[in-house]
Amino acid sequence: MLDHIDLTKLIFGRLSWDAIPFHDPILLGTFAMVILGGGAMFGALTYFRLWGTLWRDWITSIDHKKIGIMYMILGLIMLMRGFADALMMRAQQAVAFGDNPGFLPPHHYDQIFTAHGVIMIFFVAMPLVTGLMNYVVPLQIGARDVAFPFLNNFSFWMTTFGAMLTMTSLFVGEFARTGWLAYPPLSGILASPGVGVDYYIWSLQVAGVGTLLSGVNLIATIVKMRAPGMDLMKMPVFTWTALCTNVLIVAAFPILTAVLAMLSLDRVFDTNFFTNDKGGNAMMYVNLIWIWGHPEVYILILPLFGVFSEVVSTFSAKRLFGYTSMVYATVVITILSYLVWLHHFFTMGSGASVNSFFGITTMIISIPTGAKIFNWLFTMYRGRIRFELPMMWTMGFMITFVIGGMTGVLLAVPPADFVLHNSLFLIAHFHNVIIGGVVFGVFAAINYWFPKAFGFKLDVFWGKCSFWFWLVGFWMAFMPLYVLGLMGVTRRMSQFQDPSLQIWFQIAAVGAVLIALGVGSMLMQFYVSFKRRDELRDVTGDPWNGRTLEWSTSSPPPDYNFAFTPRIHDNDTWADMKKNGYKRPLTGYTAIHMPKNTAAGVIISALSAAIGFCLIWHMWLGAGVVFVVMMAAIIIHTFNYKRDFYISAEEVTRTEENRTRLLESHV
Amino acid sequence: MSEITATYSSAIGADRGVDSGVDPSTRYFVQEHHPESSTLLGFWLYLMSDCLIFACLFATYAVLGRNYAGGPTGAELFDLPLVAMNTAFLLLSSITYGFAMLESQKKNLRATMIWLGVTGLLGLAFLALELYEFSHLIHVGAGPERSGFLTAFFALVATHGLHVTFGIVWLVTLMFQLKRHGLIPENGRRLMCLSMFWHFLDVIWIGVFTFVYLMGVLP
Amino acid sequence: MTSMIPRRGLLLLPLMLLAGCDLVVLNPSGDIAAQQGQLIVVSTILMLLIIVPVIFLTFFFAWRYRQSNTTAEYDPDWDHSTQLELVIWGAPLLIIIVLGAITWISTHTLDPYRPLDRLDAQRPISSAAQPMIVEVVALDWKWLFIYPEQGIATVNELVTPIDVPVRFKITASTVMNSFYIPALAGQIYAMPGMQTQLNAVINKEGVYDGFSANFSGDGFSHMRFKYHGMQEADFDNWVKKVKADGGSLDRTSYTKLEAPSEREPVRYYGKVAPDLYGAILNRCVAAGTVCMDKMMHDDANRMKTDAAAKNFHKDEGLSRVAQIDAAVCTSSTNLVKSNDARPY
Repeated sequence: MLDHIDLTKLIFGRLSWDAIPFHDPILLGTFAMVILGGGAMFGALTYFRLWGTLWRDWITSIDHKKIGIMYMILGLIMLMRGFADALMMRAQQAVAFGDNPGFLPPHHYDQIFTAHGVIMIFFVAMPLVTGLMNYVVPLQIGARDVAFPFLNNFSFWMTTFGAMLTMTSLFVGEFARTGWLAYPPLSGILASPGVGVDYYIWSLQVAGVGTLLSGVNLIATIVKMRAPGMDLMKMPVFTWTALCTNVLIVAAFPILTAVLAMLSLDRVFDTNFFTNDKGGNAMMYVNLIWIWGHPEVYILILPLFGVFSEVVSTFSAKRLFGYTSMVYATVVITILSYLVWLHHFFTMGSGASVNSFFGITTMIISIPTGAKIFNWLFTMYRGRIRFELPMMWTMGFMITFVIGGMTGVLLAVPPADFVLHNSLFLIAHFHNVIIGGVVFGVFAAINYWFPKAFGFKLDVFWGKCSFWFWLVGFWMAFMPLYVLGLMGVTRRMSQFQDPSLQIWFQIAAVGAVLIALGVGSMLMQFYVSFKRRDELRDVTGDPWNGRTLEWSTSSPPPDYNFAFTPRIHDNDTWADMKKNGYKRPLTGYTAIHMPKNTAAGVIISALSAAIGFCLIWHMWLGAGVVFVVMMAAIIIHTFNYKRDFYISAEEVTRTEENRTRLLESHV
Repeated sequence: MSEITATYSSAIGADRGVDSGVDPSTRYFVQEHHPESSTLLGFWLYLMSDCLIFACLFATYAVLGRNYAGGPTGAELFDLPLVAMNTAFLLLSSITYGFAMLESQKKNLRATMIWLGVTGLLGLAFLALELYEFSHLIHVGAGPERSGFLTAFFALVATHGLHVTFGIVWLVTLMFQLKRHGLIPENGRRLMCLSMFWHFLDVIWIGVFTFVYLMGVLP
Repeated sequence: MTSMIPRRGLLLLPLMLLAGCDLVVLNPSGDIAAQQGQLIVVSTILMLLIIVPVIFLTFFFAWRYRQSNTTAEYDPDWDHSTQLELVIWGAPLLIIIVLGAITWISTHTLDPYRPLDRLDAQRPISSAAQPMIVEVVALDWKWLFIYPEQGIATVNELVTPIDVPVRFKITASTVMNSFYIPALAGQIYAMPGMQTQLNAVINKEGVYDGFSANFSGDGFSHMRFKYHGMQEADFDNWVKKVKADGGSLDRTSYTKLEAPSEREPVRYYGKVAPDLYGAILNRCVAAGTVCMDKMMHDDANRMKTDAAAKNFHKDEGLSRVAQIDAAVCTSSTNLVKSNDARPY
């Protein structure tokens, strides 16, 4: 019997040397760069003997601050990949007219636009937003860490390994060629028999678990770990938006998990969830994926609305206008985001009454959103506005996002959508709100909280370069797309016949180059700021005259955040404390109870990703074995009851006295 | 933990003068702060997200549940007496888990372990019957690939079964941990979490039993 | 901040390019598309009522309340005004109420399934009038058009007479596509095993672009066709040409056509097997396969026959329930039989 088993097939599934793209110069070149760059980094880490530090202080860290920073690094690195995809798309669409097929055949172009969407949403925007919430929320509520620090570490590594699975598809096999939401039947086994869609599914399943657990974590943190006196209506607005965002995460991501699992069952076990024959229903996939998908975009934007509230109020040196109204607006947006999903497929033929209902609910969301914009404006009114970088990005957001919001309400009118659905007008709309809202917001947040995390501000000159390149570049890259949409051009095209369209694509390509300069300027900003860090240093912990609790700590904060848990009396807690002559206690420190680092997070995540890889390549034996190992690792981890330690009172005293000295020397 | 009260150098104390009469040394901070344990809330939140996965599967069953594709229907396939026995095992296991919890609150480790063991055995019996049902269905050509109805059926029922399996693995692990550490607060929290999980699976099964089996057999 | 103004001025330069391009969505040749284009303009203007003040206020407040302007009033604790909140929530609410009403009405009027009641703004017609039928099949990666009333079929070329209402019945062979002719009307998905419908009319002679607006794979970029709107007489001549020119579209030739291919040239079929579209829609072109409408009809009736057959259900109560349920199920089989993609 044994000689009937093909050993190669059993171990390697459908993985073979064919999976490596030896024939593709672009990919080979990229691979060479990755090897060189990676090699240089490994070399530097070894030369400077930093492996120990890396493992102890970062990889196994359960400190929300470290994890927050790692999320930001992940997001920014993946931004480079996602943006490279964008540049390639713009280049292709600028040249591929008539007889010129461009430099990307459909087989490649289709992977690129799929990867661009998947990476930007799941591995750029989500990590950046999660990173911000992770870093800032415990500090803003006066807590020492999140509710489940180990789980936090695990969530980060699951997200990272999900990203790594997607990156692996570049060099081993291929990625999906279906668009970022992979509708069946196109993503089913008949139309997409290769490994691409499987890479898509398992990257998202692994990352999705991480995100879901992060949602549970932050809700529990905000509900249970607020400092005494901080009622819900005394929380900073960013914490409110973080709460609503994480509620959306917990309520939406399980649906993504379920629907992707169903798709993979269809692909592997021939089930009939979404097949054309034998009783499947592809329309159900579209419904389920968008029941996840719409809350997802609100997950992306709500935290940034919170950032804007903090930034506008701080840099106008004024209380946020209409705090209660802002909170209610956020909650209303959270609830309504569940009632609009069908607007993504008005054209699927659901009938006029159903379409109208969802169109109207979509429009209703614009009311609380508009209220927020007005509240920010009236925070600026009668303020004293300083146009530091975070405020500049916020101004960029305000004029850019509203146009995107307008085109969104336009698309919410079903008959209008019938002529604009899936056109470049749609592309322009969602990039308008995502770049104008999420990206500009993240950059505002980075410039705002960087000094808190690292103890020195970011260089202003390169920051301004980055801002202007991004702002002008965005408008130049996407306004032509609105025009093209009105000219009837649809999305995901790799070749065109109508020469009158070309000029618009060329303008858009120039815009993309400007954005590239913006990205480059931002990288320069990081580099120059690091080099000039002594000049840019902030020793007070409060470089912007901030209003919320995180500014009461040192920059960077100590591991334990607060030597004494603060007691809250008012919104804008730190502003209130400063106004009432708060003095930092100088003695009386006690030992502080802290969670220990752990390797379990990175190990279990790596094993999950390995299972994903095995499943993608049909390496069933491998998947089974690694699964057992993973279960063993999980069970062994649960036998570890000693997960905490105490920072001694002496060490706390030392740290705090250092800070006292620093503060006094600054005067 | 040592209890050292905070003191202030008199110079700093003299600078203050904003607050009227309230001791400023404690207005803006607390000496000791132990946030409540978030474990049960966190687990409950996770459980609700799990509930959503099941909601998705129920919705899928609602949409695909009558798509027989010319193949067998629920009425033709479901063996209600078998399912009734299965249900009895599972519901009984919830009761025995409840007894385990009661014993754990009385700090009676041995009784807790016994009731946990019984719960696990009942869970295994449930799984055995379910696996028997599945193998029979596949044997007669009514596997998940046959039709939309069968796909949705297997997805929902098997997902529930997988959850029960993980629950049993967890239960056995917890029994070892109870043996090693006893009924310490940490284990108490773990017992509570497994308790929520187990009863939740029971509730889901009642949904499955009603909407899939009973309504599938009724014309 | 002041340097933003000349920079924004530069951005207006491309608007001049707009003068030379064909914004077909706003200036189409079909009545349905024209109404949809108008809707875009009206909605935009309504929203600009809010957007323009917001952008203006953004610049104005940023400039007036800048830190260096010490003459402006500074009120750091002013954070509430009920009147202002009423305006902030109320003004957008009013706009949305108007827009919502427009949405409800226009969505029903411009429902692709709704028979046309006008040729254009000046010429109403009876909605009971019979439109011309064209059956559309989205293949990989080309379009098949079957004209059942004329008994012909074409690949990648659609022709209809102007000012004649057309009812498109649309399906697909393998994956989801979207049938879209911007000059004519809005798009609607083409889905395997399901039929969607589009009612439209072209008012001007011309040649227009048609394509798939939902990504469907490698050949997607070239899944385009030309749509000709002609005078009735010219249309009749064209039909004659196709009848003379073309081969025969039957199950065999359809199966060959169905195989994946890109950049298909225009092809004519002078004869079409009469039950072919039904077979394509119900996915039973291949010999021996069960048609989906029959399968769904049988499935719907299964519960009744099961109830009769199984001894277990001799129980009185259960069979009464069975009778009630059977009545409910039978009445909805019409919907089941038509493969209508709409649930309502």
